[in-house]
Amino acid sequence: MADLATPPGSAPPAGTAPDTGGRRDFLTLATTAFAAVGVGAVVWPFIASMNPSADVLALASTEVDLAPVPLGQAITVMWRGKPVFIRHRTPENVAAARATPLSQLIDPATDESRVQKDEWLVVIGVCTHLGCVPLGQKPTDQRGEYDGWFCPCHGSHYDPSGRVRKGPAPLNLAVPSYTFMTDTKIRIG
Amino acid sequence: MSIGLHNSEFKNPVIRWVDSRLPLFTMMQKEYGTFPTPRNFNYFWNFGALAIVSLMIMILTGVFLSMNYTAHTGYAFDSVERIMRDVNYGWLLRYVHANGASMFFIVVYIHIWRGMYYGSYKAPRELLWMLGVVIFLLMMATAFMGYVLPWGQMSFWGATVITNLFSAFPLVGGHIVTWLWGGFSVDNPTLNRFFSLHYLLPFVIAGVVFLHIAALHVTGSNNPLGIDPKGPQDTIPFHPYYTSKDSVGLMVYFIVFAVLVFFVPNMLGHADNYIPANPMVTPTHIVPEWYFLPYYAILRAVPDKLGGVLLMFGSIALLFVLPWLDGSPVRSMRFRPLSRIAFLLFTVNFFVLLYVGGKPAEEPFVTISRFSTAYYFAYFLVILPLLGRIERPLPLPESIARAVLPRGGGPIRMAATAKPMEKA
Repeated sequence: MADLATPPGSAPPAGTAPDTGGRRDFLTLATTAFAAVGVGAVVWPFIASMNPSADVLALASTEVDLAPVPLGQAITVMWRGKPVFIRHRTPENVAAARATPLSQLIDPATDESRVQKDEWLVVIGVCTHLGCVPLGQKPTDQRGEYDGWFCPCHGSHYDPSGRVRKGPAPLNLAVPSYTFMTDTKIRIG
Repeated sequence: MSIGLHNSEFKNPVIRWVDSRLPLFTMMQKEYGTFPTPRNFNYFWNFGALAIVSLMIMILTGVFLSMNYTAHTGYAFDSVERIMRDVNYGWLLRYVHANGASMFFIVVYIHIWRGMYYGSYKAPRELLWMLGVVIFLLMMATAFMGYVLPWGQMSFWGATVITNLFSAFPLVGGHIVTWLWGGFSVDNPTLNRFFSLHYLLPFVIAGVVFLHIAALHVTGSNNPLGIDPKGPQDTIPFHPYYTSKDSVGLMVYFIVFAVLVFFVPNMLGHADNYIPANPMVTPTHIVPEWYFLPYYAILRAVPDKLGGVLLMFGSIALLFVLPWLDGSPVRSMRFRPLSRIAFLLFTVNFFVLLYVGGKPAEEPFVTISRFSTAYYFAYFLVILPLLGRIERPLPLPESIARAVLPRGGGPIRMAATAKPMEKA
């Protein structure tokens, strides 16, 4: 192949070793790599355009007044298009949640690590299995075997700390990032 | 006839003028007119043509529906109701489109069953079969996204559950789901992109169908005996024999279609989808459309999330490698006494999965779905590979003509290209 690398009738450039094919391979690799980077650069905007846009990201926080929620009751608020469960827990709820040994949990986490104030539990109301909204917010709802929430889609049970106790769901109900702005007002997000 | 022009055999001067410059007429005559086709097709061989008709009906009604549909969470549900009530013949377009999806899947399921029973996936038709599986996957994606568009409760929660399947994958799962949604839940960006892709994918399907048929016209069709045609006595021209046979099946297809559209247009749907989507309330019993139920049953049969998702995708991925799982050189199950029983059980098992997939996730359905899932995988991974080695097939006929003509069609005339008789 070396003889073909040089056009017939032209002398090999002075000072270069006879071409053994290495230079041709280098050019092929470099050109291919350049084309691959180019394709990646062109594809990226298309892929990225499908990720959440600036206006979607801008709607990422919600303020909630907790004062009207009586003890033992719960409210559901919308945050990023998802329901967020806020439950005003009774001392019994808290005691039950804290008495549970971690060894019994599918996704071990202490109750303390999941709340900022003992009586207020704030979790994203989306089942970690396949995204249904569990029942248990209304007093008339089925709350499952652990007095928390019950997902009707595939039968996961959650406890008053929002931790999964039974069923196909692999993880506890997620705790969103939130801050207490006053004693009875929080901002989620 | 100057050099560079196709030597057309058409007499009509206009057709001849076009054909000599772009030999479409010659191609159609060759591929659909005189195309030599095994003479022993039964009615199962109607279903490829019926599938194409289904695709054309779906594209036609879909294009017209989109003229009145609004892909926005605030308007989608109402725009569909407007199509039903105010748009001239909108109800007809929508019911034909919705039931057409069911008809398309019925036809394609029978078409796949035909291929599996008569061994149409075996050499030399492996690629043809795999292109078919690609079409099947594209159909499922298209149907799923189409069902989201009316933005009813089942649309919304079906979309939520199915997109959440991807969250099962470790590390990247959550990012994939956010990317699919274009947000943090199924919402307006999701609806918009699903509409866009639902419009695009049928044309991709049409492209793959073209490849599927192109591959078919290289190998030629399989037939109920599963043996290769050995000469002209074994084949007949596609037209008029199979154009007319397909027409008979097409009439039956239209009768079934018309009964669905005009008498029970909502039988295969769910009443919940006439409730507008509500992201805060999940319906108590979520089920996908009937054509996804067997796979949904497999998903729910596994108590582990990632395991269920992998098994569900695996149940379809297995179809891609079916030509290599079944080692038997005999194509048609008519000559495979054991495989035939195993496959008929597989068929019954598929209906069992379809049934339990539509039931709540409780006993006895969970246990049934586990046994059925086990048989589904055992058929592909254990039974077929094993029977390919140990099964003793029945003797194959000498030729198609010998087997199906009254006096065996006279002496066998071997075509120049005919291969020697296969030994089983």
